Amino acid sequence: MPLSIEEVRHIALLARLELDEEALERYSRQLSSILDHMARLREVDTSGVLPALGPLTAAPLRPDEARPGLSSEALLKNAPEVEAGQFRIPPVFEGE
Amino acid sequence: MQSSARFCVMGEKMSYEAVIGLEIHAELATRSKMFCACPVVDPQEAAPNTAVCPVCAGMPGTLPVVNAAAVEYGVRVALALGCEVNPRSLFARKNYFYPDLPKGYQISQYEQPLARNGRLVIHTAAGEKTIRIRRVHLEEDTGKLTHLGPDRSLVDLNRAGVPLLEIVTEPDFRAAEEVRLYAQALRAILRYLGVNSGDLQKGALRIEPNISLRPMGSQTFGTKVEIKNLNSFRALERAVAYEIERQAQRLEAGEAVQQVTMGWDEDRQVTVLQRVKEGEDDYRYFPEPDLPPLVLEAAWIEGLRASLPELPEGRARRFVEQYGLTAYTAGVLVEEKAVADYFEEAACHLSASVAPRALANWISVDLFGLMNQAGVSAEQIPVPAAELAELVSLVEAGRINPGSGREVLAEMFRNGRGAAEIVRQRGLEQVSDADFIARLVSETLAEHPAEAASFRAGKVTVLNWLFGQVMRKSQGRANPQIVRQELEKQLGNQ
Repeated sequence: MPLSIEEVRHIALLARLELDEEALERYSRQLSSILDHMARLREVDTSGVLPALGPLTAAPLRPDEARPGLSSEALLKNAPEVEAGQFRIPPVFEGE
Repeated sequence: MQSSARFCVMGEKMSYEAVIGLEIHAELATRSKMFCACPVVDPQEAAPNTAVCPVCAGMPGTLPVVNAAAVEYGVRVALALGCEVNPRSLFARKNYFYPDLPKGYQISQYEQPLARNGRLVIHTAAGEKTIRIRRVHLEEDTGKLTHLGPDRSLVDLNRAGVPLLEIVTEPDFRAAEEVRLYAQALRAILRYLGVNSGDLQKGALRIEPNISLRPMGSQTFGTKVEIKNLNSFRALERAVAYEIERQAQRLEAGEAVQQVTMGWDEDRQVTVLQRVKEGEDDYRYFPEPDLPPLVLEAAWIEGLRASLPELPEGRARRFVEQYGLTAYTAGVLVEEKAVADYFEEAACHLSASVAPRALANWISVDLFGLMNQAGVSAEQIPVPAAELAELVSLVEAGRINPGSGREVLAEMFRNGRGAAEIVRQRGLEQVSDADFIARLVSETLAEHPAEAASFRAGKVTVLNWLFGQVMRKSQGRANPQIVRQELEKQLGNQ
């Protein structure tokens, strides 16, 4: 199941990755071969079988009790830039 | 089909029908976040980034654990809306990159939501209308971005991971008014259930309509536009009306409507382009591998159903039956639970001879007026319910007249004193003594012969002016009905 260069370009945009032509080519080949493998798995008849999403059958629930998390100093310690107790990031414009 | 469903562009032959659906996001009023134990804090009071842990900061190696109270609140809302609650629902990842989303995905529910197929009845000017609810699902909120001009933005993660309930309707609305009525009714239900503050300003309740137009009679859907950033019911109704008009004009001009997200500009009262929407496929939803299915026992769901409180709709119906209120007044009183409670408490203290309908009118007209003026919420009404009942009883028994009653209420509202006490101190007790009133009327007519003559010459509106003069002479204490009768009598006799 070949994945076109255009599709790879779109996926890269969604992942906010900048890929050059060579990388687009390479990822197109690699992703296509992964999809080929998935296509083989899809040949197995699984009608009537519930998807096994994990080893647990039901999510454990947590009582609604609040506990303090990290101090804001600890949280921001690895941030590249900090301003007024917040993560400072390059400008984000609506409509981007 | 209702007339409100029609939308016509003036002077054009083509008419369009607006098709509107609604997504509402309600922050659930839990103590801790959806998937971690961080406290849920007031965004205006807490310092930024002080309610964040490795889970909601999206640090590698952490795992989400579902908040039991958020599930319970969500199921209560679903039941109140008549939904089928899924005994087994799934969490899913909605993937997109944005700086307010630390993990790069939002944990939401997609293919198997918490609940489906509910309904909510609204009361429009044209009658009752049922709005179908497509789905109700649990998810987590994002962080908050502050844009500081062209060179930087700031990220606060206090809100990241706060439990959200998303309630999605079918595209059943045809007019802006219907959208507002539904949003108000839903807010009332959330507040009755105690699961959401109902605060649109602070963003605890976010209403996002999507709007498309199609030629009248068509069964297909046009391209829809979503509106965000609506922080009042007034803004909601105006934005929807504006957007319907904008799209109609585009279609009339032969232009296509683009699938976009618009924001509401409150200052200019217009919708403005926010962003071109990502397609559903672009979110690459898949089942959340970190969370097993959410499994709910039937007995637990039924227990919650049995423990639902009386809801606004049922309470309004009871008010009509039990207290003889009009459907309209009942609807107004039940919208805020605190107001409905206040009315019922006051009704207990009312004299047996007084109709509760009178009390309801004093609350919905005079008391609401004072509350709006002073910016007082339903929870902070400064007049004790029993005292309002006393005041209404005094007016209805004819002990003071309605005008004085309003003055007394204003004073009670200002200083919280009792009705009887104020009436006594200000000497407002109504005078119904016929001789006294007859003397006031004849004095007034003698002082204003020209007006009396013009009334007799056929200018009947002068009567109201003369009536005002008599009332003033009595310092507002004369029984207005007797004054009116006496005036008509003396003007007729002379």
